[in-house]
Amino acid sequence: MSTVTGVSAADELPGPDGRKPLTGDRASTGRLGDRLFGGAATLSGVIVIAMVSLIAVFLVAQALPALTNNSENFLTSRVWAPGGAQPAFGILEFLWTTVAASTIAMALAVPVGVAVALFLTQYAPIWMRRPAASLVDLLAAVPSIVYGLWGLLTFRAFVRPVEQFLQDNVGWFPLFAPTRITGGTIFFIGIVLAIMVLPIVTALSREVFDQTPTAHKEGALALGATQWEMIRTAVLPFGKPGVISASMLALGRALGETIAVTFLVSALSDGTDWTWSLFNGGETFASKIANNAAEFSNPSKTGAYIAAGLVLFVLTFIVNSIARIVIERRKAFTE
Amino acid sequence: MSVSRVSAIGAIALTGVLALSACSSENPAPAGNTAGGGTSAANGDCFEGDLKAEGSSAQKNAIDEAISAYQTACADANIDYQPSGSGAGIKQFIAKQVDFAGSDSALKTEEKDGIVESVEAKNSCGSDAWNLPMVTGPIAIAYNVEGVDKLVLNAEVAAKIFDGKITSWDDAAIAELNQGVKLPSTPIKVYFRSDESGTTENFTKYLKAAAPEAWTHETGKKWTGKGEGKEKSAGVATATQGQDGAITYVEWSYAQQNQLAMAAIDTGSGPVELSAESAGKTVATAEQTGTGNDLALKIDYATKEAGAYPIVLVTYEIVCSKYADPETGKKVKSFLKSFASDEVQGSLTSQGYAPLPAEVATKVEAAIDAIS
Repeated sequence: MSTVTGVSAADELPGPDGRKPLTGDRASTGRLGDRLFGGAATLSGVIVIAMVSLIAVFLVAQALPALTNNSENFLTSRVWAPGGAQPAFGILEFLWTTVAASTIAMALAVPVGVAVALFLTQYAPIWMRRPAASLVDLLAAVPSIVYGLWGLLTFRAFVRPVEQFLQDNVGWFPLFAPTRITGGTIFFIGIVLAIMVLPIVTALSREVFDQTPTAHKEGALALGATQWEMIRTAVLPFGKPGVISASMLALGRALGETIAVTFLVSALSDGTDWTWSLFNGGETFASKIANNAAEFSNPSKTGAYIAAGLVLFVLTFIVNSIARIVIERRKAFTE
Repeated sequence: MSVSRVSAIGAIALTGVLALSACSSENPAPAGNTAGGGTSAANGDCFEGDLKAEGSSAQKNAIDEAISAYQTACADANIDYQPSGSGAGIKQFIAKQVDFAGSDSALKTEEKDGIVESVEAKNSCGSDAWNLPMVTGPIAIAYNVEGVDKLVLNAEVAAKIFDGKITSWDDAAIAELNQGVKLPSTPIKVYFRSDESGTTENFTKYLKAAAPEAWTHETGKKWTGKGEGKEKSAGVATATQGQDGAITYVEWSYAQQNQLAMAAIDTGSGPVELSAESAGKTVATAEQTGTGNDLALKIDYATKEAGAYPIVLVTYEIVCSKYADPETGKKVKSFLKSFASDEVQGSLTSQGYAPLPAEVATKVEAAIDAIS
């Protein structure tokens, strides 16, 4: 019953059975389900945000007394002596080792992971996709301590000749300068970390590449693209935000990996000269804290280690934020 | 109600009954053993119940051996030892979380990191805390050099090696001590303990006492020399085993387990191989720095006694002299008595420890008797 102006009289007049206008007959389940679910989802989100904030507050509160009492510059000093009457500690050494090892891990894991994901979604025959995917995911099921043991006992012997070769032939380049460390070099740890984070990159990239709209892919092929060109123009740009997210998760794992790194790392003695070489030893934040956890005998010492943990937290946060910005900018152009 | 619902409820009820029945009290009432002895067990004063200890990882194998010997004789006793490190053990002992602590060094009597350990322990116990030496763990200088089976070192050369001053195995200083041994020109790779460790503390104390001009660094749980750091004794031992030209300091048991060659130490009276007797000789010359029953020892690392191997580490069990709960005191006393007995001490040799020499053992036994 619409009038000339387009406004319906049903909106104004009472409905059948004397019901008020604009009410249904209550045949649905009602708003309770909506409210419960919405509430639960909101609560979960709030809890997660609260947990992260509380952890940040804990880290800062524990670290602040030690930081103010520090006689060295926290960010640029290489000395680590948090015990004793005058604590003096700086995290430069750990920062370099952690960042360098994680960068190597990313440089190896992301290209290989994306390539494996592309293979599984675009090139592999259908019968192979599931088993191959499970096989790659198995890498994630291996406990990190097993990676540490394997690296120490087996893998080391394979990587050592490669390191020796690089040191002998390309030793003039500062990153490959020869050092006297033979155990856990940054290079070696980076490779083991790459193997550990590979399944994360692969699994998430695989999911994203699967979602590529078939229309885009077929359109590219119809215009005469080869398979590689189709992937380059249709699949990869679509999957870029997902791949970046996957890489950030993988980077988070690489930065914080503790047990495997603790097994493999070679600590440096005090007073060793600074070198940019990737074949140098050195501890990461996580392995330093794990190694010394039993000796947290007084608040000042504990505070120093927690300050180191805080730096790791902030570092991961910054990297994730950069990734988010890149993804958001990307999204603005694809929608 | 449907069949599946009935069986579901039945399953839940059955599981509940089984789970709740496990909640009975852990300690059955003592069956009147308090009247001392009477049963045919070797240890007439077995206890029933739990005993908790924590501390040094260097004495872990020794304590495990002692625990298994005790539990074979006393089936109802349950002793638990966590090898989380001397520092952690003392901390937990002061916090009354464990009944006694194992430590590589006696409770400190000077202020360190803001507290005085012996005072804190005394306050926590309500009575003096005693350091009872139980385990002698010799520290071996283990090396892995192809073609060299026997090596002699003295404190000065060792100090220079571990400080990075001597960098090659065919150095003149090493050759002088090893006449007739063909030393290769492999570079020396030093491995040290990257975690804070009592082994490091005792080794650096030895170097500083026996070669003060060559070793000018501080002693302590944190390594101050040169080299490559590996985590825990297992880490340094494995690394040394896998690298030609490697040298490290590690407990005797780890060197044996990893089949590493060990250097003989020349204190001035000829090279002394590491053995239970030679390590025991050094402990016998130690001076007691504690008073009365507090048997904290000051090892004379610079000892020149013939046939004494100077690099030893004595681990202490730190106990209250009078426990607040007399039951705990009885348990500790019973276990430590078994630990100090000749059979158990003798069985430790197979684990790479040296038994306490007779003079020290008698004092320890007297102190244990005085625990209440």
